[in-house]
Amino acid sequence: MSTCASFQIEHLQFLDAEGKLCAGVTAPALAKDHAQLLALYKQMLFVRVFDAKSVALQRTGKLGTYASSLGHEAVHVGVGSAMRPEDCFAPSYREYGAQFCRGVRPREVLMYWGGDERGNDYSGPRHDFAWCVPIATQCLHAAGAALAYKLRGEPRVAVCCVGDGGSSKADFYGAINVTGAMQLPLVAVIINNQWAISVPRKSQTGAKTLAQKGIAAGLETVQVDGNDLLAVRSTMDTAIARARGGGGGTVIEAVTYRLSDHTTADDARRYRDDAEVKAAWAREPMKRMRAYLIAAKVWDDAKEEAWKTECAARVDVEVNAYLESKPQPVTAMFDYTYADLPVDLAQQRAQVLAAEHDGH
Amino acid sequence: MAQITLIEAVTQALAWEMAHDPSVVVLGEDVGVNGGVFRATQGLQQKFGPERVIDTPLDETTIAGLTVGMATQGMKPVAEAQFEGFIYPMMEHIACHAARMRNRTRGRLHVAAVYRAPWGGGIRAPEHHSEANEHLFTNIPGLRVVMPSSPARAYGLLLAAIRDPDPVMFFEPKRIYRQYKEEVPDDGEALPLDVCFVLRDGQDVTLVTWGAQVKETLEAADALAKEGISAEVIDLATVKPLDFDTIAESVAKTHRCVIVHEAPRTAGFGAEIAARLAEHSMFDLYAPVERVTGYDTHIPLFRLEMKYLPSVQRIVEAARRTLAV
Repeated sequence: MSTCASFQIEHLQFLDAEGKLCAGVTAPALAKDHAQLLALYKQMLFVRVFDAKSVALQRTGKLGTYASSLGHEAVHVGVGSAMRPEDCFAPSYREYGAQFCRGVRPREVLMYWGGDERGNDYSGPRHDFAWCVPIATQCLHAAGAALAYKLRGEPRVAVCCVGDGGSSKADFYGAINVTGAMQLPLVAVIINNQWAISVPRKSQTGAKTLAQKGIAAGLETVQVDGNDLLAVRSTMDTAIARARGGGGGTVIEAVTYRLSDHTTADDARRYRDDAEVKAAWAREPMKRMRAYLIAAKVWDDAKEEAWKTECAARVDVEVNAYLESKPQPVTAMFDYTYADLPVDLAQQRAQVLAAEHDGH
Repeated sequence: MAQITLIEAVTQALAWEMAHDPSVVVLGEDVGVNGGVFRATQGLQQKFGPERVIDTPLDETTIAGLTVGMATQGMKPVAEAQFEGFIYPMMEHIACHAARMRNRTRGRLHVAAVYRAPWGGGIRAPEHHSEANEHLFTNIPGLRVVMPSSPARAYGLLLAAIRDPDPVMFFEPKRIYRQYKEEVPDDGEALPLDVCFVLRDGQDVTLVTWGAQVKETLEAADALAKEGISAEVIDLATVKPLDFDTIAESVAKTHRCVIVHEAPRTAGFGAEIAARLAEHSMFDLYAPVERVTGYDTHIPLFRLEMKYLPSVQRIVEAARRTLAV
């Protein structure tokens, strides 16, 4: 018997839970770029402030069901900040940190979860995909975008995010499989936050890592500490550069933890232990980045408080814009169904409009 | 000018549009070197290259999802499901994304794509190769569902489907792929979507149909003519959105209507037409609307499939019943 193929999965972590550089690994150049790290940290903190406010809005009846991003800040900001504007992002439904890096406005997030399609009409980038509730389908849309760029010879990269649960779905396999078969410029980020609503990671697959699924597709494959911004961002930089250069796709498994409920409609206490959540809080992404920046003497408690206050003020502006927005006219449900309204649908539209005028 | 079959008209339309619009690409299983299992894409890869006539991995979900992604980024993909019975894995991408992308992004993104599939039974194919399920798509907002029934309409409607800014399901009745040839000028002239085609004028009864059943329905009209019954034959061509006005005008004249389709009866698209006649044309009708359809069974394997498909005899008998009232 001989070995016809063999593989290994690398795990990347540069910052430990206390914000110290891990011993025995060579930190990326980004570790010394304190100005950039500070900007990314401030973005992470903004998302966390926004997220807490959004949950509060839902709890007070001012927002519909909302999917919190608590605990995902490092992976979301690490992914979004690594992309160029002309690249294409295909989110699932909680990657606000990535999207804010790209120009999506917080008021658009609120509009979407507030029951208004205009939330998906992003300020930018206009070619990015909308939030995607049908699990993992966005992975194939990203692969399709990557195929379009490849066919047109454009140096653009598509990036999709999918959860640990989503990595079980045929769409995820299809996307990474075709990426390998066609050498597409796709970076697929599995955000392994350990829970698919109530189903734990171990129930999703017998595979030891989720990253190794990429090996079956012939892609570059790595697992990173998803709570370590340095690890996420530097891995994304490498993967995006490879894809842009024609070197094909990458699967990144970012290991993190969903500190919140699945959504505001969920109660995670029904299915997981407080002890597990408490342990996860010790590894959360903000603390270590803050400690690292404080040690580098570019940040301190006073600056932290000042920035939080500034974030709250910025979030309030967005919240007010959302709360003050008027619902769309009833005809909006018809007007985007087709480019041009078919005759029979125009009749239904006219009926609804007439009923509105009659006060029904 | 060459005489061509319905399937050759499909190929001719694809070739015309690919030659005139660089954003058009064809993708599917075996569409490249092999030219498709029915040869609908015969010669296209040689002419336009493997970048534009793409053999995908064998996964319908992948084909459907890639199509959505490419279309949002400005390509015009024409995806092939190898058989209608293989289209089910595509439905999530068609229903949740292709059909609603424009709506859910308020027009920011849209999916100008065509999903082609050889449709229906009657060619002695294996199991799962003979499905007629257009009604599953006619209930999905945002889609067009188009079915050609002649070489000329296949050419003109496929051009229109590719040029349409919204997703189009283009179901090709494979039983009549090679039924007959006719002259189809390769002039890039599209036919209008969203309108029915009146194939035969008549005074006594309106026969409404689409797809492969146009063949039997026209034959039934011939048979009825021998009995002195003048039947008007309407081919929906675009099943959704429905051009009901053409049907209503015809029924206002004939006062009788027989709907013929291959798909199962219950909640088949004939039910929608019958409902609209009940709503809008009740007082024009002299007889109950008749439906001649497939049964509410799975289409049998091929030893029995011709017993399932609407026959000329069943159509003639239904027409006679409307005239006996």
